Amino acid sequence: MVLALRGTTADTATSATAYTAAHAALSTVFDPELDEPITDLGFVRSLAVDEARVTVHLRLPTSFCSPNFAYLMASDAKDALTALPWTEHVVVQLDDHHDSDLINAGLAADAGYRGTFRHEAEQDLDELRETFRRKAHTAAMERCLTALLRAQPDRQVDRLGEVTLGDLPDDERTAALRRRRAALGLPDVRTAVVLVSHDGTTYAAADVPLALRRARSTRVSIDGNAHFCRGLLRTRYPGSEQDQTERPEGAEPADAVLRPPTAPTAPTFIPLTQLKEHLS
Amino acid sequence: MYSKDGESYFIVDAHVALWDARPENQRSIHGKQFIDCFYDYHRNLSPEGEVWSYEDYLYQGGERLMRDLFENGYVDHAVFQPAFLGEFYNNGFGQTEEASALAKAHPDKLTYNHNFDPRNGEVGLEQLRADAERFGLKGVKLYTAEWHGESRGWRLDDPWAYRYFEACRELGITNIHIHKGPTIRPLDRDAFDVADVDHVATDFTDLNFVVEHCGLPRLEDFCWIATQEPNVHAGLAVAMPFIHTRPRYFAQIIGELLYWVGEDRIQFSSDYALWTPKWLIERFVDFQIPEDMTEYAPVTTAQKKKILGLNAAKMYDIEVPTELRLPDADEPATGPRGADDIAERAADPTELAGV
Repeated sequence: MVLALRGTTADTATSATAYTAAHAALSTVFDPELDEPITDLGFVRSLAVDEARVTVHLRLPTSFCSPNFAYLMASDAKDALTALPWTEHVVVQLDDHHDSDLINAGLAADAGYRGTFRHEAEQDLDELRETFRRKAHTAAMERCLTALLRAQPDRQVDRLGEVTLGDLPDDERTAALRRRRAALGLPDVRTAVVLVSHDGTTYAAADVPLALRRARSTRVSIDGNAHFCRGLLRTRYPGSEQDQTERPEGAEPADAVLRPPTAPTAPTFIPLTQLKEHLS
Repeated sequence: MYSKDGESYFIVDAHVALWDARPENQRSIHGKQFIDCFYDYHRNLSPEGEVWSYEDYLYQGGERLMRDLFENGYVDHAVFQPAFLGEFYNNGFGQTEEASALAKAHPDKLTYNHNFDPRNGEVGLEQLRADAERFGLKGVKLYTAEWHGESRGWRLDDPWAYRYFEACRELGITNIHIHKGPTIRPLDRDAFDVADVDHVATDFTDLNFVVEHCGLPRLEDFCWIATQEPNVHAGLAVAMPFIHTRPRYFAQIIGELLYWVGEDRIQFSSDYALWTPKWLIERFVDFQIPEDMTEYAPVTTAQKKKILGLNAAKMYDIEVPTELRLPDADEPATGPRGADDIAERAADPTELAGV
C-alpha cells in the first residue's frame, strides 16, 4: 500500500492520527464474499490524507471480479470515511476493473447502487449482503464444532445439535462465531444452541450430521476462495503481499512460499514511526 | 491413454478451447482484461516449468493444440467448449472455423460443441438449428455472463432460454455445459448462484447439465443442487490445477464432489489453453487425499479412471476399449453418497482430524 500524508509540520501529529483513523475506518469494510476486511486482503492500494481530504485507491484480484461486490466494497469505503467527523472531501476509486469507469463515476456523484448500475439494478444489494452474512456464519459455526469434535473425541456427531455457546472454549474462533451470530441477530447467551440455521432454527438429531456436512462445504468454499483471491492479487500486483495479513484458515504451504520471509504482516494500525517516513 | 503402475487410463479432456486473444482481435479494453485475467490464473496456478509466455498464451493455433493434447498430453478425445465473447473480440474468443475444421478433420479425437445466446430470440433459434446441422452438435457451452448490448448476463430459467432448451431436446443436443460468470441481470443477487441450474435440470430431465468449475466459487451451492438432480454433473475446469499449489483445497473439492455428487458424474478437463493436460493428468493419477484429512475416503483407481475419461466418454458416446471400461457405482441416483455412515465415521475423532 502506498501511504501518503500531507500537512504542515505543526499538524504532523494530528495528521498521523487522522491517517490512522482513516485506515481504521477502512478496516471496517469487508469483502462480503471472503468475510475479511479489505485492509487484510491487500485491496487498499493507496491511502492519502491531506487535511480534510482523503483519497483511496482500491484494487482487486482480477478485472472481472463481480461488479456488485466491487461496488459494495468501494461504496462502503466511501461511507466509512465520510462518517469520520473531520473528513470533508472523500474520493474512492476502484482501479483496473472492467467497471472502473462506471463505478468511479457513480461514487463521485454519490449516485447509489441503482443510480450507478441503472437498468442492471432492480432494488438494492441487501439480499446479496444477507446471503453472505449467512454463509460467513455457517462457516464460523462449522469451524467451532469441528474444533470441538477434535478436542473432545468422545463427543457424538449426531449430538452436536445440543452444543451451546457456553460449551465452546473462550478463544478467537468462538469470538468470530459470536460476531457472525450478532450480524444475523442470533442470541449471544451461554445457553444458545450453536448449530442453527441463519434464522436460529435448530436441527433434529437425525439431521445434524448432514447439516454439519453442508456447513463444511460452505467453509471449504470460503477458505478456498479467500486464498485463491489473495494469490491472484499477488500475481496481478507484485508486492501486494506486503499488504496482506495471514489467513490461517485453509492456509497451505504454498502461501508461506509466496510470502517473502521478511514481509511483515500488514498492520491494522500503521505505526507512527513508519508513517513519519511518508510525511512531507 | 495414460499408463502408470500397470493401470491404463482412457482420457477425455471435456473442456478445451482454441482461442484468439491477440490485440488485432480485441474489440475493446475488455478483450485485453479478459485474457489478462486468464493469464494471471495460468501464472498463479501452474508449476514453474509449465508457464507459457504471454505471446503464446494469446493464441496457440490448431497445430500446437493437437500437439499439446494428443502427442504430449495423453488425451484420447477432447471436446471444444467455445466462449463467444462477441463484445470483447471482433471474431469472437473461441475460433469457430478453425476449431470446427480441426474436429471435422479428426472426428475420432475431437468433438466440437458450439454456443447459443437466448437473447438472440427467434434469429438465434434458427441459427442454433443451422449450427446443429452444420456441426452435428451433441452439446453446447453456455456462458451466462456473456455481454450482449445493454445486457451483461442471463439466467438459465429465463423464458427464452427455455425455448432454446426445448430446441436442444428436439435437435438431440443433450449435453449442456454451463459456465457462470460475474455479471447477471439484475446485479442485485449473486451472479455465481446456481439456483437456475436447479430449475432447468428439474424441467429438462432428459438433458445433461455439466456445471463447469464445479460451481466454483460456489462449490457448496453446486453440491447441494447436484446431489438432488441426477442429471447435473461436475466439470473440473479450473478446479484441476489447484492440485499443484493448493493440494489440500483440491483434496477437499474432490472429497466434497465424491460425497455429494458421486464418482459417475465428475468430468476431468484441462480447460486448455488455460492449462495443458499433461501435468494435470500425471498429478491426478498420483494424487491422494492427505492422510490427516480422514473425513474423506481415499480416491480409488477406478474413481480416477472414471473422472479422467470414462464419465465424459459415456456422455458423448465415445468408444472406449473394452478392457478399460468400468461399471457404474452402486450408488443412489440422488442424495449424498455414504450418508448413512456419516455419524458412525464422524464419531471416530481420527475421522475428522485436519478438517
